[in-house]
Amino acid sequence: MYPRSFHYHRAGSLKEAVSMLGQLGEGAKFLAGGQSLIPLLKLRFANPEHLVDLNFIPDTSFIKEDSGAFHFGAMTRHAEIEHSALAKRIPVLHDCAAGIADVQVRNRGTIGGSLAEADPSGDWANALITLDTIVHCLGPDGARTIPLKDFIKDAYTTALAHDELVTEIEVKIPPKGSGGAYLAFKRTAPVYPSASAAVQLTMAGDVCEDAAIALGCVGLTAIRATEVEAALRGKSLNDNLNDKTIGTAAEFARAAADPQTDMRGSADYKRQLVVALVKRAIQIAARRARGEQVEGAHLYA
Amino acid sequence: MPESMPETATVKIEKIAVSISVNGKPCARQVEPRMLLVEFLREACDLTGTHVGCDTTYCGACTVLMNGLAVKSCTMFAVQADGSEITTVEGLERDGKLHPIQQAFGDSYGLQCGYCTPGLMLSTHQLLSENPAPSEKEIRKAIAGNTCRCTGYMNVFKAIELAGQNMKGA
Repeated sequence: MYPRSFHYHRAGSLKEAVSMLGQLGEGAKFLAGGQSLIPLLKLRFANPEHLVDLNFIPDTSFIKEDSGAFHFGAMTRHAEIEHSALAKRIPVLHDCAAGIADVQVRNRGTIGGSLAEADPSGDWANALITLDTIVHCLGPDGARTIPLKDFIKDAYTTALAHDELVTEIEVKIPPKGSGGAYLAFKRTAPVYPSASAAVQLTMAGDVCEDAAIALGCVGLTAIRATEVEAALRGKSLNDNLNDKTIGTAAEFARAAADPQTDMRGSADYKRQLVVALVKRAIQIAARRARGEQVEGAHLYA
Repeated sequence: MPESMPETATVKIEKIAVSISVNGKPCARQVEPRMLLVEFLREACDLTGTHVGCDTTYCGACTVLMNGLAVKSCTMFAVQADGSEITTVEGLERDGKLHPIQQAFGDSYGLQCGYCTPGLMLSTHQLLSENPAPSEKEIRKAIAGNTCRCTGYMNVFKAIELAGQNMKGA
């Protein structure tokens, strides 16, 4: 399948990319990893006249630690994050990166592209919303930073202007005693998940001091499950798979989710699924917060 | 061309010069920006070992190596591979001798119709270059982006394991 014809522009710097898009106007689009955009172009769901390729811009792919935060260049590939020893220190990020689609897609797809697309079934926004995440952007009027919760406005809609792009994602390193997990359930590797759960807990011994919990693919954006969080705060959590506190708390995810019936399952099924994922992710996060090494990975049908 | 087909008629497209190293040989062509890497390999380079399966970033039949990493060549434009090194299934054999991965797929009956095999072998190539002795779990993860509709994968796992063993001495 061929997309419609378009003009191709190779940006040499982020600044040049922004000014190219401004000059080319509404018919132009940025091309990052292309793992969502190129299929859309081929199916002719998107028909831009111009593509501005970001892939040849130097120094846009990096993972750095600086003053209590990790900084990810916007063009950092999922696979680079998956294999990064630094990113492993925030397990929710490693879980997320290592489970996105398949090896080939992770070799091309980028964290910045994923956030800028804001697909309701995308993985990154859901994982990152449980952390203190700031999106660095560059537009014709210069740079600005936007907290992730204000960056994603709606399905496929962000705070970015047409000629503005993501340059960097900044993630504050969680405090000591904090642990997280990201679990997504997929029918097969290359497809989007049917539902996903992201959990970040801060524990003092067995007691949950703070919790951030988000649900993915079950709404127009990632949903913060605040009732689940409230039901965990101040409570003692144990390792038992049948822990009552965790089970009761996870149950609140059922009402927090707002899924649609589609080819991935009925709305009721997805509510059931997301409760199960939240429960498991809380258990893994709690154990990791206590310093245990626990493997967490995407689950397949 | 009839006037009822405006979509290509209205945009006059310039061709862009690209130079890609394909299996170690420089391949310089003028391409339309919308030409996919897989079409570049199959049509401009005449290397038809790279297959088009689903054409929607799912099946992995079009998998090639770009600078050593597996990518789906139906989900990249040829212009994006400019300056890179691409390896296709045709680049695996050396001096008429099968690559150990090819040999192992044959020896283990790791294929039936063979349509998915070039892609599977290149995903295997990335896996074994990073991890010469993968566990079955690691093998499953490495080829999760390659769909086979014939064999049920068991012999594919055996082939990858065997290839890993055979390549250790190499």
